[in-house]
Amino acid sequence: MSDGPWAVAWRRLRRDRAAVVSACVLLAIVLGCALAPLYARHVAGSDPFRPNLDGSVVIGGRTLDILQAADNPLHLGSAPIGATWHGAYFLGADGQGRDVAARLLYGGRNSLLIAGAATVVCLALAALVGIVAGYAGGWTDQILSRLLDILWAFPVYLLAISLSVVLISQGLQLGPFTIEADSLLLPIAIIGIVYVPYAARPVRGQVLALAQSEFVLAAQCLGVGSRRILLRDILPNVASTLIVFAPLIMALNLLTESALSFLQIGVQPPAASWGTIIADGQTLIYVRPLVAVAPGVMIVATVLALNVLGDGLRDALDTRAKLRV
Amino acid sequence: MLILARLAQMLFVLFGISVLVFLIFFATPGADPAARIAGRSATPEVLAAVRHDFGFDRPMPVQYALMMKRLFVTQDLTSFVNRGQRVVPEIVAGAPVTLSLVVGAAVLWVLGGLAIGITAALTRGGVTDRVLMVAGLVGVSMPVFWVGQMANLLTQSRMHDSLLFSWVPPLGYTPLSEDPVLWFKTLLIPWATLALLYMGLYGRVLRASLIEAYQEDFVRTARAKGLSETRILMHHALRTSLITFVSLFGLDFGALVGGGALLTEVVFSLQGVGKLTFDALQNLDLPVIMACVMYASFFVVAANAAVDVAYALLDPRVRLKRG
Repeated sequence: MSDGPWAVAWRRLRRDRAAVVSACVLLAIVLGCALAPLYARHVAGSDPFRPNLDGSVVIGGRTLDILQAADNPLHLGSAPIGATWHGAYFLGADGQGRDVAARLLYGGRNSLLIAGAATVVCLALAALVGIVAGYAGGWTDQILSRLLDILWAFPVYLLAISLSVVLISQGLQLGPFTIEADSLLLPIAIIGIVYVPYAARPVRGQVLALAQSEFVLAAQCLGVGSRRILLRDILPNVASTLIVFAPLIMALNLLTESALSFLQIGVQPPAASWGTIIADGQTLIYVRPLVAVAPGVMIVATVLALNVLGDGLRDALDTRAKLRV
Repeated sequence: MLILARLAQMLFVLFGISVLVFLIFFATPGADPAARIAGRSATPEVLAAVRHDFGFDRPMPVQYALMMKRLFVTQDLTSFVNRGQRVVPEIVAGAPVTLSLVVGAAVLWVLGGLAIGITAALTRGGVTDRVLMVAGLVGVSMPVFWVGQMANLLTQSRMHDSLLFSWVPPLGYTPLSEDPVLWFKTLLIPWATLALLYMGLYGRVLRASLIEAYQEDFVRTARAKGLSETRILMHHALRTSLITFVSLFGLDFGALVGGGALLTEVVFSLQGVGKLTFDALQNLDLPVIMACVMYASFFVVAANAAVDVAYALLDPRVRLKRG
């Protein structure tokens, strides 16, 4: 008895060492970020969302002020405490005296949540648009494809900036529903929309080919309804493409989220994301570079792992799916 | 014919984008567009003036036409946060900075991509190839503004006194016409930052298509004719591979203008269109943001169309396939 295609792909993926390592890295990052509240309470021991510049912290029996004289030769000015490499203020404090390590984990929760949820939104929309356009053909296809062309030609960041600044300035009201300006739903929806053409175009192309394939023609001749054909014949074939796209789109989403948050039109204070922490570190860059270095390293590690995993999935599933067609 | 069709498509996309921007800024449900445009601390008089100026009491198509007129014909769109500041001249003033940044970065990135792609393809399977490919993947995985910060950290602070980076001038911009040497020096690090991201990606793309080209019949024929490996690479394999390279370039050039350049300008304090947009974002100065988005995306679409037309003129297969 031979295995099904999914089992074969799974076996190939497990043998791909780079993909397995990146999956483990991702898992570790997700777990670490999920445990942020525990870290903040039991290890860091301070509220990472409250300014704490007047406070002090006890490290190895010595009491240190959070706001210290800067460590230039003349001790001119002051700077938040640097990395202590102990539980409290492991990576030091940011400009408001908040524990950077704890904020890093909390920020990671928001970054990962937004990027992940936006990936689901993006792939669901892309699958819907791509399948409808590819299978229906005719005018439906014409209209959807032209709309995708316009979105495609619109530089992603400019589109995301326009949507973000408008929605963040006053929130969104859709009939009875009001979405507050600081809700995470806004960045999720915005980032979910901007990459739709990237995934929808290849899906449409694939569906176009599938619609002419023998098994679909056979099903049509047998009088099988469109809905059943779409669900039973087309969708499973498109699924592998969508699976390959998922980590790649999530990588793009994570970078986009961090850029929007860096520009202060993503996650709103006092909440954090890796992008907002990099922005916090901007003013401290020469004094306490670690504030900006740490979230950047987290972003690079996560995005790199996602990209490697995406490549591994593509090889395992043996699709020629390309995100940039 | 082909060129006309491409230009018609460009006009259609330009129209579509302008409608989309209009809808985002003026017709998003939930709030009074006049209040958005006028900024956070607008008086009722200002609000009334905005309502009248932008024709918010008139039908949508009229509002759209009014907005386009103020953006492109009369160019008298003004900011309400910085009262009376005209938006379009600001963009025109910032354009040379952004163009200097983008064009220089593009040159570096294409040269770097060519070098990486060719080296990797020639050392296929070896250590050099592996290292280059991993480095390329790391390159696309980095947020550009963070790379810029790290570059500043090294060149402006930590290693500024070392021989390597002592030539780096303080952050800022000097126009080319004023002091070409200083212009070059101030932009070199920002160029490298932007190029670093794309260089590896382009190296990867070029490597893949070179390897594909090496399996083609025409390469075998060239070898059979006894041509040298260099000639095969330069005249046969590279030539076909460049087609993917160029069409991708057109696409990413847009992403660069619309995204990467904006973030890079912010980090390196270059007063270009991107920095203008960033400053406007900080005070939610919507007319400025809208104008920047519109001008930048129009530029991107036009540049893409230009690349496509040039490409059609260069590639004999496209050029000969008429009608």
